[in-house]
Parts: sequence; C-alpha cells; structure tokens
Amino acid sequence: MAKKNKPTLQIEAEKCIGCELCEAECPFDAIHVVDGVAVIDYEKCKVCRKCITVCPTDCLYLEGVEEGEEEKQPEIAVSTEAGEYSGVWVFVEQEDDQVHPVSWELLGRGRALADTLTCELAAMVLGHNVQAAATESGYYGADRAYVIDDPVLQRYRTAPCASGCITLIRKYKPEIVLVGATTLGRDLAGAIATELQTGLTADCTGLDIDQETNLLRQTRPAFGGNIMATILTREDRPQMATVRPRVMEALPRDESRSVATVAEPLGITEDQIATKITGFQPDTDLDAPNLQYAEVICSGGRGLGNPAGFKLIQELADAFGGVMGASRATVDAGWISHDHQVGQTGSTVRPRLYIACGISGAIQHLVGMQTSDIIVAINSDPNASIFNVADYGIVGDLYQVVPELIRLAKERNLKEALLGQTTSG
Amino acid sequence: MLRMVVCVKQVPDTTEVRIDPETNTLIREGVPSILNPFDAHATEAAVQLKEKYGGHITALSMGPPQAAEALKKCITFGVDQAVLLSDRAFAGSDTLATSCAVTAGLRKIAQEDGLDLVLCGKQAIDGDTAQVGPGIASRLGFPQITYAIGIDKIELDQRTIKVHRRLERGIETVQAPLPALVTCVEEMNELRYASLPNMIRAARYKPEVWTAADLDVDEESLGLHGSPTVVARIFAPPEREPGEMIPGGADDPAGAAASLLDKLLEHLAAGAGE
Repeated sequence: MAKKNKPTLQIEAEKCIGCELCEAECPFDAIHVVDGVAVIDYEKCKVCRKCITVCPTDCLYLEGVEEGEEEKQPEIAVSTEAGEYSGVWVFVEQEDDQVHPVSWELLGRGRALADTLTCELAAMVLGHNVQAAATESGYYGADRAYVIDDPVLQRYRTAPCASGCITLIRKYKPEIVLVGATTLGRDLAGAIATELQTGLTADCTGLDIDQETNLLRQTRPAFGGNIMATILTREDRPQMATVRPRVMEALPRDESRSVATVAEPLGITEDQIATKITGFQPDTDLDAPNLQYAEVICSGGRGLGNPAGFKLIQELADAFGGVMGASRATVDAGWISHDHQVGQTGSTVRPRLYIACGISGAIQHLVGMQTSDIIVAINSDPNASIFNVADYGIVGDLYQVVPELIRLAKERNLKEALLGQTTSG
Repeated sequence: MLRMVVCVKQVPDTTEVRIDPETNTLIREGVPSILNPFDAHATEAAVQLKEKYGGHITALSMGPPQAAEALKKCITFGVDQAVLLSDRAFAGSDTLATSCAVTAGLRKIAQEDGLDLVLCGKQAIDGDTAQVGPGIASRLGFPQITYAIGIDKIELDQRTIKVHRRLERGIETVQAPLPALVTCVEEMNELRYASLPNMIRAARYKPEVWTAADLDVDEESLGLHGSPTVVARIFAPPEREPGEMIPGGADDPAGAAASLLDKLLEHLAAGAGE
C-alpha cells in the first residue's frame, strides 16, 4: 500500500513556458505566473491536479504519490447526449446568388471529417431561390442539403438566418457545424452558438478527429500566432468552428455527384423581424476581395521606409500580374489601407507566389501567408525571420533589387508566363 | 437621453509579444497591456453619440483587478462611470462564459439605470474571435449590428438606430429598434486627444468592482464550468523548411534579380507538371 504522505504539487521550472493555462484552470487561485514561470501558493493549493491536466509541457507533477496512483484522476466523461448527434454540417454562405468559396473549402475538409466518423456530410443552405446552391453543394462533396428557401432570407440578416439554422440544428442534431470566418459567418456563428449554449472555436487552421474520443480537434493560432492551441468541445453539441477562407482546400467540382435535399420552412414572416436593410453601396475598389484569392501577391513592409514605397510594390505586382499586400506595421502607420493587410488581423492568403519586400516576418504576418506555394523574401537584414520561411531569399536593398526585378519581369513577360502556369497548374 | 454601455477588454499589446530565440518561449514580461483598440473606437463612438443626443455612458469590463487600467483609459475619453467584473469565478472563461458574465453585468446596469445601446469593438486583438458581441446580443435578445463604420442617426422618439456596416463587398445600411448592440471597426471614428479634466478625473477614478455574488447569475455558467471549450494542447507552430539564399543582392542586384526569375520559372514549371 502506498505511504500516506500528503502529496504536494511540484514544478520543473525549466520546462515552464509561462503560458498561464494553469493559472486560468486553478479553482483555488493557488498558481500564478510570475516573470514567465508558474509559482505555486502552497497555502491555497488543494492538490486537485487540474493544473497538471492542462499543462502543455508537463512541467507540473505531484510528489509523495506512488506510481500509478496519479492515474486516478476523474476522466471527463463525454455526455450521453453527444450520442444523439451525428453528421458534419457546413453552412453555405451565399449572397446575390453567389456562393462564397469558403463554403466549398469547408465541404472539402468536412468530407474528410465525415468519412473518418463514417457519418453524413451535409450543407446548410438558407436564402431565397437557393436550389442551385444546394445542387452545387453536392458537386463539392455534400451528401445532403438542408434547405430553407424564403424571401425573408433574400439578404442576410442575423436574426432570421440564425433562427433558421437553430431550427435545423435542433431538429436534425449534427455533431459538427462549420462556418466560414467571413464577416457574415462571424456575425452568424456567435449568435447560433450562444443560443445553443455550445462551444465555438474561431479561425481554426486545422480540423481533425481525435481517434480515441471521436472529438473534433480544433487547432488555431494563439498569442498572435506564437503558439498553436488545440481546442475541444467535450460535452456540448454541436461542436462548432469557424475557418477562414483559403485555409482548407475544396474538392474538385464533380457534376456527377448528386445531393439529397431536405426542405424546411423558416417559420418567420417579415413583420416579425425588427432589423431592416435600407441601403447597400457596393465597393468600387476591387483590390480587397482579390487579395484572398490572388495567385500572386507582392507585399511591402516597414523596410519601404515611407508610404511612397508602395508605388514600387504596386509596379512589381503589376509586372507579375498580382495584387498588392502589406504588413501590419505599414497599415498601423497609416501608409496603406487595411484592405491590403496580410496576416493574423488581416487576410489569410495562399497564392502560388508571395513576394515579401522589406517585411521582417513578424509571426502575425507569417501565419497569414506561410501556406503560399512559393515565398520570396527581399530584405536588407540577413537575420530577418522572413528568410526562415522563404523558398528564395535575397539580402539587399529592396530599392535596388525590386526595380531590377520589375524590369526583367517585364522584359521576359513573366505575367503571361505565370498566367499560363497558374491556369494549367 | 441615451443610456449606453461600452463593453471593453484589456489586452496585451500583441504586436509586442515575442519569442525568445534561445529558449523558444514566449516573452511575456514587459509586454504592455492596452485598451483593445477596437474598444477604444467603440468608446469614442459612445462619447460622440452623447455629445449629439445627450446621455450617460458606462464602461464595462471583465478581468483581473489590473483591468481597471483599461477602464480608467475609457474615463479619459469622457465616459461617465466604469464597472469591472472581477472574480476568480470568472477565470478561464471562453467566449460563451464571457458573454454570460458580461450580460449579467449589463442586466444589472439596465435595472439600475436603463439601457438603450450597447457598444463593443468588433473583436479583441488577443483572441480575434469576434464572438462575445454577438453572444451578448443573443442573450439580451437585442438586434446585433456588427462591423459598424458609422452611426447614421438615432431617432429617440421612434426608438430606432440606423447604422452603416462594413461588409466584404460594400457598405450596408441597416435600421433596428432600440435597445440594440453595435460592434465597431476602426473606420468608425478618429480617436481624439483626451481633455485635461478627463485625464485628471481618470487618474483619480476607481471603477466599481462587481463580483459574481453581485450578479444575478448561475455560477455554473461562469468561468471554466461555463466554458464548453477546453484547451487540450499547446504547441509551437510548424515551421516551413528554410529555402535558398540567392547571393549578390548587395553588389549585383540585377544579377540577383535575374537568378531569382530563373529559379522561379523553373520552380513553377516543375509545380505545373505535378
């Protein structure tokens, strides 16, 4: 029998990364991160072990406990309610009869999740005259489309759309619901999750199924992209996540696939909705929407030295047939509009070619562009962290290198060459 | 008379969070805490509305005792009073539990002073979720107007608000009844310099602190207990393989540029053949 010494919590300080998860988890206010290392307050510690379960680096342990005994921590049971829920659903976002491509990207990922869980993949299509979008969802991988077609849903408004989604989710009980992390999707997802009192993880960059528990593992950047966190919604259903455009990949469109359609009524009339749309002014500057789906992006950073430097970047982008991006530092400094910002608080991009000029490569920038096919970095600082992710790097003054690059790109008609490559590739 | 509450958060200035290259750990010391920039614009919006329509503004935050600093910042903008929800019971809240506690705070304010309009930033720069605003609106049953860039007008008699919203493809104008919740983006306004009287008032100001016991709320729905999501694992972001450095950038820029173009075309050609 184990000796009955009172166990105490210990810490291997060298392993501690100061992430504060233990501090947040502790119900007794007994552990605090001081100068980057967790410090235990033994007066308050009740040895409940909660901190040990959340520590990502396993630096917390119990002393005075026999081997094996520490395994007896209570497992968080998956509620029996979870068993009633089945199926992976994707919200199909559409406006003016145009489906946002993020919906097909989510169906692409959703297909893999549904196959792992051996359940159905469904599209949730709400709008007016949306049969075409429902059919299209089948081409992109959905087995079934739950459709609410009503004139009230002609233009997106939170209340009727959320209400329709909630009705469908309560009736058909999907296990997982995915929504694009777009302006519309973020407006909607928070409203749905709150009403359903379930978990919602924003801006996931990875989604997969835990083999043991069948839970959805939702991975997203935290602390400005310095670390990645995997989030679980253990008990509540559905498990909800938003994903930015260009993070997942759509399946090739397959017109031979058909989709079973289930139509439901909205059950709300126009006079029950308090919010009215009284006007819409479309953008004339089409640069911003192009950034996310651009095949070539040329970006400028603080190394430009002044706002006028973006003229050169625009010329470079023109020579390569691409669009212009920017780092957060330049946007914060007011050199260029936020529409051009690439990174954690800007757009996530995934072009075939990304050329970073005078960008140091702060982590919040890298998380927004590091899945680009080819990354080129031009920077005068050989230690700039952008070179750690670049396929090709040139150390030098961008005002000397970039004009040469523009001249040669024009001379060799790179725009055409890239266009040919990108359409065939 | 417009009774407004601005919901704000104190955040680390994430642009300044760095990794120690030697130990590969986060450097958290010395990272300044700031009022979430989007919340600053929401606060300024409230102050401008008060100037136009008259009214009363409360700034509301949830966080540790030091979050009082963010509320004092709101006082410099010209906010009338500030309340901090602070209790161990709130620790470890995810967005659902956060919206629960903040909503309870709003209900208490509404009971005591009335409530016409809730203003929030579109999201906090540390979490970037944009989920708490819609969560509060949903719990209160208020219309939610997200991504606001301007408040066109408020009709106090008809109790309506008209707002311009920044969408991905343009600007939408919506009208909703009061009380409503509006989340603001940075285009909403230009921040002004604080007036001297407001700065003096802020320096001396002590926000009221409410604990869970002050709120009419089920403790089970707060903090960790009330959070459906849990962090299961934290790890370093995967690194991309470093590539090739092309020499000559300093002394032969033309040569380096030519060499880069050759390699790019080769790379793209190889990619297209896959």
